Amino acid sequence: MILLLVVSAVTFGIFFLLPRLAGQTADQLAQQYIGKSPSAADIAAVKHNLGLDQPLYLQYWHFIKGIVAGATYNLGPTTVHCNAPCFGYSFKDHVEVWPQLTSRLPVTVSLAAGAAVLWLVSGVTVGVISALKPRSFFDRAFMGVALAGVSLPMFFTGNLAILLFTYQWPIFGRTYVPFTENPAQWANTLFPAWCSLALLYSAIYARLTRSGMLETMNEDFIRTARAKGLRERNVVVKHGLRAALTPIITVFGMDLGLLLGGALITESVFSLHGIGQYAVQSIESNDLPPILGVTLLAAFFVVIANLLVDLLYAAADPRVRLS
Amino acid sequence: MRRSALAAVAAIGAATLLMAGCSKADDSKSDNGGTKAAGANAATKDVVNASTHKGGTVTYELSDVPDSFDPGNTYYAYMYNFSRLYARPLMTFEPGPGSKGNTLVPDLAASKGVSSDGGKTWTYKLRSGLKYQDGTAITSKDVKYAVERSNFARDVLSLGPNYFQQFLVGGKDYKGPYKDKSAEGLKSIATPDDTTIVFHLNTAFQEFDYLVAAPQTAPVPQAKDTGVDYVKNIVSSGSYQFSSYEDGKSATLVRNKNWDPKTDPLRKQYPDKIVVNLKVNADTIDKDVLAGNAIDMGGTGVQAATQAQLLTSADKKAGTDNTFGGRLVYMAINTKVAPFTNVQCRKAVEYAIDKVSVQTAEGGPIRGEIATTVLPPDITGYVKDDQYASTGNKGDVAKAKAALQACGKTTISTNLSARSDRPQEISAATAIINSLKAVGINASLKQYPSGKYFTDYAGVPKFTEQQNIGLIMMQWGADWPSGYGFEQQILNGAAIGASGNTNLSQYDNKTVNNLLSKAIGTEDVTTRNSMYAQVDKQTMSDAVLVPLTYFKVLLARPANYSNLVSTAAFSGQYDYLNIGTTK
Repeated sequence: MILLLVVSAVTFGIFFLLPRLAGQTADQLAQQYIGKSPSAADIAAVKHNLGLDQPLYLQYWHFIKGIVAGATYNLGPTTVHCNAPCFGYSFKDHVEVWPQLTSRLPVTVSLAAGAAVLWLVSGVTVGVISALKPRSFFDRAFMGVALAGVSLPMFFTGNLAILLFTYQWPIFGRTYVPFTENPAQWANTLFPAWCSLALLYSAIYARLTRSGMLETMNEDFIRTARAKGLRERNVVVKHGLRAALTPIITVFGMDLGLLLGGALITESVFSLHGIGQYAVQSIESNDLPPILGVTLLAAFFVVIANLLVDLLYAAADPRVRLS
Repeated sequence: MRRSALAAVAAIGAATLLMAGCSKADDSKSDNGGTKAAGANAATKDVVNASTHKGGTVTYELSDVPDSFDPGNTYYAYMYNFSRLYARPLMTFEPGPGSKGNTLVPDLAASKGVSSDGGKTWTYKLRSGLKYQDGTAITSKDVKYAVERSNFARDVLSLGPNYFQQFLVGGKDYKGPYKDKSAEGLKSIATPDDTTIVFHLNTAFQEFDYLVAAPQTAPVPQAKDTGVDYVKNIVSSGSYQFSSYEDGKSATLVRNKNWDPKTDPLRKQYPDKIVVNLKVNADTIDKDVLAGNAIDMGGTGVQAATQAQLLTSADKKAGTDNTFGGRLVYMAINTKVAPFTNVQCRKAVEYAIDKVSVQTAEGGPIRGEIATTVLPPDITGYVKDDQYASTGNKGDVAKAKAALQACGKTTISTNLSARSDRPQEISAATAIINSLKAVGINASLKQYPSGKYFTDYAGVPKFTEQQNIGLIMMQWGADWPSGYGFEQQILNGAAIGASGNTNLSQYDNKTVNNLLSKAIGTEDVTTRNSMYAQVDKQTMSDAVLVPLTYFKVLLARPANYSNLVSTAAFSGQYDYLNIGTTK
């Protein structure tokens, strides 16, 4: 219920705010979608076709109705029915938004999932090792690398990765291949993008894990565990790491949700036709329905990710379990 | 103005500048394509890598997405160029180097248009044996239908220009084929038989052949037209047909088996397959082009970082073409804003500007040659002239001050407008402001977003007058490469509009207006062209705009591709009709 409310609020907000923030009247908005020197009649016709001549609450109602029940568009000689969930019809490219989103989603999911696995594994491992040997050479070196990783922007690391690994030493492929077609090729083409993204994120996770671990390893229950004669590995993994994981899960949920909503810069740099690239393209061409669609989808993922995080808390940390 | 693609990922471009030094190792393998590069600017003089080799795949890459692949719904120069592979207009341009590419040749039509009625009636005969990809015959009615849907159903197909609506008799009242279901459609286009089409215009228009060279005259079968959705199932009349189309991502074209070379002297159908990849990172495009395996479809030229690499190595420079883009970069002087109502004050501006500094700000000679006329050299009607010559084009402070005195002023205070999201335009404007300061003209920079530059700001005469905007930065390219196509919209007094105005100087000179309307009704090409030159001269002596540079692009020539020729008809892009591959 809360979930629905949040998503609906986000939709409502962007639906009303986007055009207003851009400072555009319906006429100006319609004029963008017409070519050279439009007459007043052309503008009125386009405005009518796009439904921009209706009051805002009606436009919003039609939008919500489209998502739940589908919509019918009458553009030109043919009538197009857009099945639920109908996220509207692009003003500029004249295609339905939802199929565009679903066809791009696998790319974004592939990118996010691969990168997430990489950064979680590397980030947490490095963080744990650094925490166990604080102020050692290893700790200093990795935290230094981590700092560099956080600081380097994607359009630098990404382009550098492309330059080195696809042109200089052509190890990795360049055009995205769907997982269902050829899993090996899929991984091969995405690997540079995964690594670049993972470098950015794992740094944060390494630092988070390190500080979390340092704190928990000084807690009383760790001393108790050791006193019980548990093996050090069990103490670290089962007791220490498990308690330190809570903040990491929180951040991970947020990050993954956001990434699923589109990694704008990464997808642009690596020419991946994902949700993020679609967002950039739509924003560039001032195409409102796809922007709405992407934003809604992103909001959905963030909300879902947060829900999962709440559920995972209980699994990871016995202290928050409802008895 | 036919639009040309502008790559806008500035941040990415800036980052790669940093990395320009990293790829030095490429130097040693620039010749691995097997063929030695033909030399700098070779494709502006002749066809490079001429070959009749058949087979292979030619890949086009675009950093953006086109407005539409639908020939009736596009306005981008590169789509005008590319669409001819699957949509044959009545006329088109001969694939040829530079301004030779401006030559009109019949395509779907058997010969050029025959005019009667002093240029108000135009008749075209179609070639015989023309077929669509499904084997059905192409008739003149399909051409008529294509013009009707692209120009008159602007609530559905709105992205192309609407010249036919303006020039055809009754064009203002006809509602388009989607609303007007009558069998005869627009009465001023007649189709007496299946191979004849007659256009009745409301005014004498001797350059009608240019108008029918637009993709809007490429035939569309009415039964297959689904309005905006037609783009997903385009019925080809050209040498290639779509085998897949993914909106905003890619398109693949394969040979059209029902295309008959006997009906087509222009297309050769060399590659087996043509692939278009959209939304490709601009730097990736550069890399692929340099590796010899892609064409920069937008024809906007290489990124700054790549340019730096290419120009420092003679070997690499030999594989580039620095061509004119059919565009003039200029600054309009607003004749309705005091004191520029006085021609002497305008002349002071003409003399004051150091054009070399402007050229440098725009990116140097590679990005534009110093301009002294309204018409660029690659447009028909261009005649060399320089009415405000100065040593080394660096401006003449003494003459500028004298003109200012003749205008009765010692200083002027005004505003200069430029587009905030175009860094080169801003730096050019800054260079101009510095030049003007030296003679006592104080201009302050006013920045407006390019999306609303014409609709809300510089293109609204009232706004410019209220805001004391005497000087306006501008770029202009023509819809078709003739003096009329270029001058009409920016110099004709009748073109001044309350909003969306492109005659930014608000120039309304009877001589010029008359010359333009007389020229378009004049049949003889030489006389017509001399009139365009006269308009150019008159404009310059009235000092209503300051030509800054003739816009140029730096194209990299993919080594593995054949039949590359840079044509002025499509803003200096390679002609896309017959590009093949040797690999």
